[in-house]
Amino acid sequence: MTNMFTRRGTAGLAGAALLGGRAMAAIPTSPATAPSLPIERGATLRMLRPVRFVQPDEDVFRANAARFTAATGVEVRVDFVGWEDITQQTAVTANTGAGPDLIIGFNESPHVYQDKLVDVTDVATYLGTKYGGWKALAQRYGKRAGSNNWLGLPFGASGGPLIWRKSAVNEAGFTEIPEDLAGFLRVCQGLKRIGKPAGFALGNAVGDGNAFANWLVWSHGGYLVDEEGKVAINSPQTIAALTYLKDLYPTFLPGTLSWGDVSNNRAYSASECWMTENGVSLYFSLKNDPALAPLAEDTQIQPMPKGLAATAPNAGLTLNAMVFKHSRFPNAAKAFLSFMLEAEQYDPWLQANVGYWGQPLNAYDESDTWKGDPKVAVFRTTMNSDFWLGYKGPISEGSAAANADYVMVQMCASVASGQATPQAAAAEAERRARRFFRAR
Amino acid sequence: MSATTVPATWNKARQQPGRLARLFDYKPFLVFACLLPALGLLGVFLTYPLGLGIWLAFTDTTIGRRGVWIGFENFEYLFTDPIFWNAVFYSVFYTGVATLGKFALGLWLALLLNNHLPLKSLLRAIILLPWIVPTVLSAIAFWWIYDPQFSIISYLAVDVLGVRTTNFDFLGSAWPARWSLIAANIWRGIPFVAISLLAGLQTISPSLYEAALLDGSTPWQRFRYITFPMLMPILAIVMTFSIIFTFTDFQLVYAITRGGPVNSTHLLATLAFQRGIPGGQLGEGAAIAVSMIPFLIFATLFSYFGLARRKWQQGEGND
Repeated sequence: MTNMFTRRGTAGLAGAALLGGRAMAAIPTSPATAPSLPIERGATLRMLRPVRFVQPDEDVFRANAARFTAATGVEVRVDFVGWEDITQQTAVTANTGAGPDLIIGFNESPHVYQDKLVDVTDVATYLGTKYGGWKALAQRYGKRAGSNNWLGLPFGASGGPLIWRKSAVNEAGFTEIPEDLAGFLRVCQGLKRIGKPAGFALGNAVGDGNAFANWLVWSHGGYLVDEEGKVAINSPQTIAALTYLKDLYPTFLPGTLSWGDVSNNRAYSASECWMTENGVSLYFSLKNDPALAPLAEDTQIQPMPKGLAATAPNAGLTLNAMVFKHSRFPNAAKAFLSFMLEAEQYDPWLQANVGYWGQPLNAYDESDTWKGDPKVAVFRTTMNSDFWLGYKGPISEGSAAANADYVMVQMCASVASGQATPQAAAAEAERRARRFFRAR
Repeated sequence: MSATTVPATWNKARQQPGRLARLFDYKPFLVFACLLPALGLLGVFLTYPLGLGIWLAFTDTTIGRRGVWIGFENFEYLFTDPIFWNAVFYSVFYTGVATLGKFALGLWLALLLNNHLPLKSLLRAIILLPWIVPTVLSAIAFWWIYDPQFSIISYLAVDVLGVRTTNFDFLGSAWPARWSLIAANIWRGIPFVAISLLAGLQTISPSLYEAALLDGSTPWQRFRYITFPMLMPILAIVMTFSIIFTFTDFQLVYAITRGGPVNSTHLLATLAFQRGIPGGQLGEGAAIAVSMIPFLIFATLFSYFGLARRKWQQGEGND
């Protein structure tokens, strides 16, 4: 397949569409015309992306990049950056107009730096047409709010579903987790009664704490900001959510107010916590440890209860790729991203990630990734979510800052600890959020 | 006539030094030139970052966007922000209580170590351990000690001794979390105080104690009228440092609670970082950091004037 790309910089990847018919058998494609992206003479690319979850992620990603080099002659240097550093490095790159040509960042980054980025609508349209359309979360994070212009190309998302011990839930008298909030509360109360409690992070845990707080508010129909980006957290729905938490919190095991991101993994692995919300990493750490394999066997994974929402209220952490205007080789950069999202490259990469990342394009629902362990299959629909950080306003640096500053988590925690009434907590969250969303 | 002839003189003129040489012979210039490297270092690594921080505090810079000058807006907001005032309160409380604890225990330890003990050097080395271990490592150790599920203290109390039925909840509510952090800070700070004061103790001349013994003094009198006054100068310096280190502490709090639960254990330093870097509000974070400066200046001046410049130390009259 790669021998079609022997001549450097001429054929480019315009011919990629020709490969459509020969794409991996498992991934269905529709005919689509690739955008014409003549690769600049002498192009080289440098990119940043977050570090791997699992080693094969990095190996396959590098192998795919090497295939791009073999096909086009464009050298690609990929640097893997720590998760907590990528946002800052993106900021420096955008502000100084120097550094990597493209970055795979997280969530909102392309929206924050939209005037520093090359529009990728052509590539997104092509990939969407070819691979069965972009999923809801991918469209939300990819497109500029209220338009069809693509700022970023989402590469995948990592969701946080409900993870629970079947034996405990059965012992408490339930066979499944109901989708309604009253039913979910009954399950948690049942677990508490038999001394096998649930636990959700209410401490300053960026991932797990925000995931739970967002679920609580969203599942009651509340939201941080409205469609125009106006703060709307102080609503009857939020107060209903916080009132619900006053009943739910006493069913948790003690200490969740000080839980960090790893605390629930540890408590669950030690059979002190029997139901929590977490990414797939927890399941794999159980499955890959012979001593804990029975726990993995007993573990069930499913989306968080919907409550009043139409889909499970969970916003996956999304990988979002962007090409900077300062790049001297924007076509090569776009061609590279397009190449990486083609089935020949993307499907092996998705499989290498064994479920840590869920795909942004519908066609990859057919990937073999989701045909192995049925418990992992729940992550297949991570990006079908209708919820995103900062729901339901335009994605902005404000939503990112409110998330990082634990506005929602601390609203919930102050009610759970009895420090504040639901009304006072919602008003305080409103005060803090207004600061982040103020017009500048 | 001949008497008036000019005698043969040594007329090799003293070579006039070059302009550069003269410049360097000029003492004020030479002093200035020799100071330049130090000034450069201070300028680049101290004045510039400090100045930049102060400048940022008056802008609305975020990570990713250049700010504009907004005057005191950040401070006005902070003064209405209960989270900021909570951080001010806890910073002062944390510094006050932890410093008292460190000095009480550190002085006691120093007095003990000043006695003739077997294995004296080894003991002193061991005492230093908490200070030597990188703060982050000891913070992580305390994080485990205070863990709601896996705390060793809870394990001892519940599973071994059976005196409790539930685990301690060290970090789950405001006051226990605050005291837990102070305990960790005291543990970490004692060695610095103890070793510094021990050095001070060893400079006190034994003849003073001998004279006092001959006068029939009690141990308390010897401590009160010899040891303590003689220790004052070093005590003042150590206390200044200790207050500054404690007030600006970051690692312990950030590693153990991240300011939680619900912001009750934020120090100004952790709040400044939280707002500035993860929260992205660089201007506001800088304003929080800048608001620490008056406290630090006050603490330094207090130690310096209140403790160090006692007239009896300098042998001045009673004027």
